[in-house]
Amino acid sequence: MQPLVISRFAGVNSLGIGSEAAARALREGRSGLVSGNFETARFETCIGPVEGLDGYRIREDLRDFDCRNNRLAQLCLEQDGFVAGVAAARETYGAGRIGVFLGTSTAGLHSTELAYRSRDPQTGALPADYRYAETQNTYSLGAFARRYLGLTGPGFVVSSACSSTAKVFGNAARMIAAGVCDAAVVGGADTLCLMTLYGFQSLGLTSRHPCRPFDAERDGISIGEGAGFALLERADRARPGAMLLLGVGESSDAYHMSTPHPEGLGARMAMERALASAGLEPRDIDYINLHGTATKSNDASEDRAGFELFGPHTPCSSTKGATGHLLGAAGVTEAIICLLAIGHGMMPGGVNTRRVDPALRSHYLLENRYQKVSRVLTNSFGFGGSNCSLVLGAAR
Amino acid sequence: MRAYVEGVGLLGPGLPGWDPSRPVLTGEVPFRSAEAVIGASELLPAAERRRTPVPVKLALAVGQEAFRNAGREASATATVFTSSSGEGETLHHMCETLASVEREVSPTRFHNSVHNAAAGYWSIATRCREASTSLCAYDASFGAGLIEAVVQVVASADAVALIAYDQPYPEPLHSVRPILGCFGVAFLLTPEPTSRACAALEVALLPTEERPTRMAETGLEAMRRGIPAARALPLLATLARKTREGIVLEFLSGTSLRIEVRPC
Repeated sequence: MQPLVISRFAGVNSLGIGSEAAARALREGRSGLVSGNFETARFETCIGPVEGLDGYRIREDLRDFDCRNNRLAQLCLEQDGFVAGVAAARETYGAGRIGVFLGTSTAGLHSTELAYRSRDPQTGALPADYRYAETQNTYSLGAFARRYLGLTGPGFVVSSACSSTAKVFGNAARMIAAGVCDAAVVGGADTLCLMTLYGFQSLGLTSRHPCRPFDAERDGISIGEGAGFALLERADRARPGAMLLLGVGESSDAYHMSTPHPEGLGARMAMERALASAGLEPRDIDYINLHGTATKSNDASEDRAGFELFGPHTPCSSTKGATGHLLGAAGVTEAIICLLAIGHGMMPGGVNTRRVDPALRSHYLLENRYQKVSRVLTNSFGFGGSNCSLVLGAAR
Repeated sequence: MRAYVEGVGLLGPGLPGWDPSRPVLTGEVPFRSAEAVIGASELLPAAERRRTPVPVKLALAVGQEAFRNAGREASATATVFTSSSGEGETLHHMCETLASVEREVSPTRFHNSVHNAAAGYWSIATRCREASTSLCAYDASFGAGLIEAVVQVVASADAVALIAYDQPYPEPLHSVRPILGCFGVAFLLTPEPTSRACAALEVALLPTEERPTRMAETGLEAMRRGIPAARALPLLATLARKTREGIVLEFLSGTSLRIEVRPC
């Protein structure tokens, strides 16, 4: 593919508000995971919450969109000079030439969970102030962001579970290549809700401890929440050092709805395609940010796919021990962590992991490594066997 | 952007498949609304057939019909799924459970709740490891799927299947988001005309909100307005008439899609 410049990016998650907060936390080896549960959920687990969302106010003209997910989206859009970057792009290209391709797995589902607890005892009706289109519908996030940013170009929301906000980089790249738009806002948000917490618990996939990706004693995920956005533009005039989207690879497992292919066939295909799309070989990649959820099966299949393709020397880690699993927001959050790794010359070591599972053969980092990082690959895999890998780098 | 239609699948109220629906869409046979009959998919193993949700069965049925009409192998074709409502019935049951005291969530129901459930079952059923995406754009979900599918055809120079579907929500969600019935439609799109191609589509994004093409028949027009996936009806009617026409489909606010349909 033709590389695209990532001219702005913004992130919010349990590591902090703004993407530099995440860089600081990773440098310090700090995790945002806390022991406890969300709202009225009562089983023993750890979560990665974003502080301050309960009292946070949605912009007045968009108050119909008020829900935890859109609050988090707005909080993130306000960080890292993102709005100013979009305003400059609007000047350059026009509001109608900038696409908005976002991802989420559950949008504002928690609003519906609350509404179902307040149904009319006689009629069963939902409360009068419940707003389906602006909070529950999967597109609510896209409609909100498009209006918040004053953009009128093409757009939609991708909802392919935990690969959602990785895949939107591919949507934007194709749309820009086809001339449907000149620039695009990508990313998305996913917030804590009861459905994902109880759902993953019902599958026996939540850990009682802060999750330990690739650890011999890993026993499940920690669910977090977060948002991330990136502004993509054509790379014709990329300055040296500019952050670039170099490649996108997508595949399907065609195996099982909630268990990855045991040999990692789909994962490997996504990584191979991302490399081919970037015109790179495995040896060109300095660091891999793994999907690394800390379930037995995910880490084993991802390790197998990665080891077969990259061998034993390419440093890799999962940052989910720090952020938790942000589900639909994992893709863009980890893409941003990769950009921070390039910008700061730092490969983040996996937090919480004490002893790497001897059955896993990839070169898993337990400590931060400080050196020049030029080309990285990041993986995102989701339910339904939806896989996406991105290759990111700095312009020479 | 151009793509060729190689196969069509259709299932909606009074529209039981693409071939039997064509005379209804051209007006040769009067439209009579009748609930769409969505059978279990023979694509799935017997154990899976019973527990797959209706939207999944609907998507599999129209997808399979489009591939059959195209005479193409599904295992090698990328897919674009789009739905406004997604897995509404599953969502309803999950929210009821979560509002109860016990909160005993079914793991199968949880993995069936994802918006890409249909895409996941499709890839398993057809053994297709190609890329697949699952989109939503509220009332513009069909337009979103169409533009994404055509862009993919152009970008990959390969065939792409577009599968759009919606199922009404049960109450109490139905009252806040009424969807008139089950409707699914699938298009197999190719970059070059093949021997099975029935039309070329020239798709353009307009930076203005034009009045969308309507259906002349009042029942079909009510369906077009009442089910997001049925926003495809004017395109289906044009394909059924086999005439050269330009139509406008609804997209996001401030935009629309113009489609020039040329039979081949």
